[in-house]
Order: sequence, then structure tokens, then C-alpha cells
Amino acid sequence: MDELILYTEHFNFYYGNFHALKNISMGMEAHKVTALIGPSGCGKSTFLRSLNRMNDIIPGTRVEGKVIFDGNDIYEKNVDVVDLRRKIGMVFQKSNPFPKSIFDNVAYGLYINGERNKSIIADRVEESLTGAALWDEVKDRLDKSALDLSGGQQQRLCIARALAIKPEIILMDEPASALDPIATQKIEELIFELKNEYTIVIVTHNMQQAARVSDFTAFFYLGELIEFGDTERIFTNPKLKKTEDYVTGRFG
Amino acid sequence: MQNRKHKNKAVILRQLRENIIERFFQVNGLFAVIVLVGIFSLLLIEGLPALQSLGLKEFFLNRIWDPTSFERESYGLLSMIVSTLMVTLGAMVIAVPLGILCAAYIADIAKPRVREIIKPVIEILAGIPSVVIGFMGIIVVGPMLAKIFGTSNGLNAMNGSILLAVMSLPTIISISEDAILAVPQEFKNASLALGATRWQTLVRVTIPAAMSGIIASVMLGMGRAIGETMTVLMATGNAPAMPGGFFDSVRTMTATIAIELGETVQGGIHYKSLFVIGFVLFLMTFVVNLVSDVVLQKYQKVSR
Repeated sequence: MDELILYTEHFNFYYGNFHALKNISMGMEAHKVTALIGPSGCGKSTFLRSLNRMNDIIPGTRVEGKVIFDGNDIYEKNVDVVDLRRKIGMVFQKSNPFPKSIFDNVAYGLYINGERNKSIIADRVEESLTGAALWDEVKDRLDKSALDLSGGQQQRLCIARALAIKPEIILMDEPASALDPIATQKIEELIFELKNEYTIVIVTHNMQQAARVSDFTAFFYLGELIEFGDTERIFTNPKLKKTEDYVTGRFG
Repeated sequence: MQNRKHKNKAVILRQLRENIIERFFQVNGLFAVIVLVGIFSLLLIEGLPALQSLGLKEFFLNRIWDPTSFERESYGLLSMIVSTLMVTLGAMVIAVPLGILCAAYIADIAKPRVREIIKPVIEILAGIPSVVIGFMGIIVVGPMLAKIFGTSNGLNAMNGSILLAVMSLPTIISISEDAILAVPQEFKNASLALGATRWQTLVRVTIPAAMSGIIASVMLGMGRAIGETMTVLMATGNAPAMPGGFFDSVRTMTATIAIELGETVQGGIHYKSLFVIGFVLFLMTFVVNLVSDVVLQKYQKVSR
């Protein structure tokens, strides 16, 4: 593995007394897609949210170990969470556009970063919507409510919103699980495009999806990282029986 | 054959019962409308003769209200309409920012334990009788205002505004708080994940998303302030003249009705002109509700 942009060392996560993630050590290569798979409750989403400290919002949680991004542990005391989240963006399972216009949704991240120059904002909105393969569908109705868009469009809008602040990494938590096959396909194509510029970590329930879009796959089970490696190898030649059983659909 | 006839009877009975129940609900639903129409027509019927004999001009262009004058009886409503608007708007200027901030604090910032203390306190505040608030105005707020601003007494529009603000705060706070609490966590997550601070999330996402509920709370609070009688009667000095500012004594429409209705000849022109006041007050609250409905709908169109 050449260039690790983000990696964890002996990372543990607790919800109160519940030990949700056990001693996870793995790394994400830059400009690659890393998929996190595993049955429900295995900790893959918790792990994803730990990478930009979205779990901080939940009271009673605790971490041990390190998450290294750009050479620094993001759980160090002096780390500014706000700054961190601007560099590591996130797209959620349920598309969650703000009840604002399409334009304002994408511009939101710029506004809160203090950008006030209208032409810069307009350019960036177009760039981001184009990057999320949504521009052609919405360019004539940027001032309409984002909630009038279809589910797939809403999710691509959320991706555009994340792109607008130019993060280095984008975390995606089952971004297509609530979408129909065609919308899912669009999101997958988009992920393929995006990895030219961004590093992507994606949680998915859908094994075919992981196989299609990712370069690396990590299999989680009961809070442990069971196996991690090239996607192709994980799906064709897994080292462990448990991984094989899961990727071939024998349990899950 | 026998069996079938029996069945039909059961069906008819069931349908009849359904029908009766439906009618019962309908009557209950209509009750509010009937009461409203009743009040409206009562005000109109009682007030109309005064309007006819004195003319709109007398009511709305004359600046003086002095129905018992020896020289010339005057029925100008302007001073009390202005007084009512002043006291109400003054109250809203104080209560709206305070109420929204308080609601946001309770709903979004306060720890659960703090919330459990503050919420019941606010509910108790809502239960204080208006006469007690008026009493506070006379012995606490009024003298304080007089001291701070160096006026001879504190019984003025400012005093009324402060007291009405206190009275409408519980309404504004509890309804706004519900609205803010109802904002889905997903919106806040999205905002935080984009690197927004907690404060930016509150101001730019949570409060705008709760705005329809917040507007409704303000309108309800305002409705309470416009219609409030006892507090303003006690605390604003009751000078039936055109106020020149917030430090003048004022007499609102509600206070005028309450003070004078018992001392007029029933059925006389003075008596009937008090109903005109009531009618105008009714129209004002109606307009407030109408405007808030329009604002709400417009807002929901953008945010939906």
C-alpha cells in the first residue's frame, strides 16, 4: 500500500459499557474507494462515523486508540472538530437535504465557511452539482425547494453539498440503500468518477455494490475487523472461512 | 329468506348508527364556527346603530375619546387603537427574541436536567393570573421604570409592554420549543458534517426549519397580548389620549371597554360605541391571524 491518507491504530469504541469496535487497525489509500461490509450491528457505521468524529454528538461514547489523518491523531485534544469535518465530509444513509432551495443547500457549506462572494459561490455550486452529476437535471430550478427532488436526486444533492467545501475524504453511510436500482446505479457511477479527486470510504449492505465500486474491502463482524484487503481478493479468494461465508451470502 | 331479512335490518341499523355518530362530530365541529359567527353578529348588531348615527368619520378621524363631555361628545378610537398597537408591538419586540432564544436554549442546548427544571417553571409562569401581573406592574416594574427613566410615575405604555411580554413569553417559548425539538436530527447531522459549528447549525438550519411553528407561536402570543385587559388596565395609567411615546400613559381598547361598560346607560350611544371598539378589536385580531396564515403558507412553500 503506497499512500495512506487515513489510518487507525488499535481503535476501540464504546457506547457506555458496550464495546462496539474492538482493536481496529486499518488504512485508507488516497484516491481509492474503501468499502466497509458486514451484517447489521457489526460496527461498520460506527467505525465510519468515528472517522470524522460524528459520534461525538452521541452522549456517553468513548474511544481508545488512534485515528491518524494527515499525520495527526484526530482524537487529540487540540484538534478542531469543525475543521476536521470540513476536510472529511459525510453523506448519510437517508438523504437529508435542508428544507431550503437547491442552490442554498449546496451553498450552505460555503456560507458557514465565511464565503460571501456571490460569483464564487455560484461557480462552486455549479461545479459541485456538475461533480455530483446533477447539474443538467436541476440547473433551471436552482431556487426550487430541494425537497421536491426525487430520492436519488436528493442523495446526489447531498453529495454535491459535501463536494462544495472540497473535502479530502468523503464518508458514505449506505448512500444508496434507500434508492431504486437506477438511482443506485447513478450513485455508483458517481462514486467511480469521484475517486479521481477524493478518497472515499463507503459503508454498504449490498455485497455486489461493494464488489462493483470499491478497490479495498473491509469485513466487520461483531465489532471486529475480520479481514481487509483488495476487493477482488476478498470476494474471490478470502483467507478466512467467515469472510467467505458472508460474501457468498451464507449468512448475514 | 328469513335470515336475509334479518341481515338487512342489522346493516340498516349499523348504517344508521354510523350516520348519527358522524352528525354528532359534525355538530361539535360546527360549534366553534357558530360561536364565532354569534360573537361577530352580536358585536355588529350592537355597534351598528352607533356607527350609523355618528358615522365612520367620527370614530376613525376624531382624535378624542370623550363620550361624557358636556360640550361635545367625542368618539374617536384612534388614540386607543394606537395605544393597543403600541403596547402590543412593544411587547412583541421584547418577547419574540427572548422567547425564541429561550426556546432554542431549552430545546437544543440545555442539558436534560436543566430542561426538566426550566420547563415546569415556564408553565407555571403561564398560569399566573393577569391581575397578579398587573399588580407587579404597579408595585415593581412601574416604580423601577420611573426611577430609571426619571418620569413621575411608571404607569405607561412601556410598563404595559414589559408585562404583556412576560405574559406572552410562555406561549411563545413552549410552542417554539416544540417546533425546534421537532426538527429532525438528520438536518443537524448534515450541517455538523459540513463543518458547521453548533451555533451555525442552530441559527442557519434548526431555527429556519422550525420557523413555521415559531411564527405560529408568535401569533398566538400576540393574540394574547392584544386581547389582554386586566394587566394593561392596571399598569398603563389609563389616559384616554393620543400617546406621544412609550413613556406616556395610554388606555388600550380592551381597558376602555372594561372601564366604561359598567357605567354607561345600557342601549345608549356610548354603550353601543363600546361595541364598536369590540368590533374593531375583533377585526384586528382577525387580520393578525390572516396575515400569519399567509406568511406561514408562503414560508412553507419555500421550505417544503
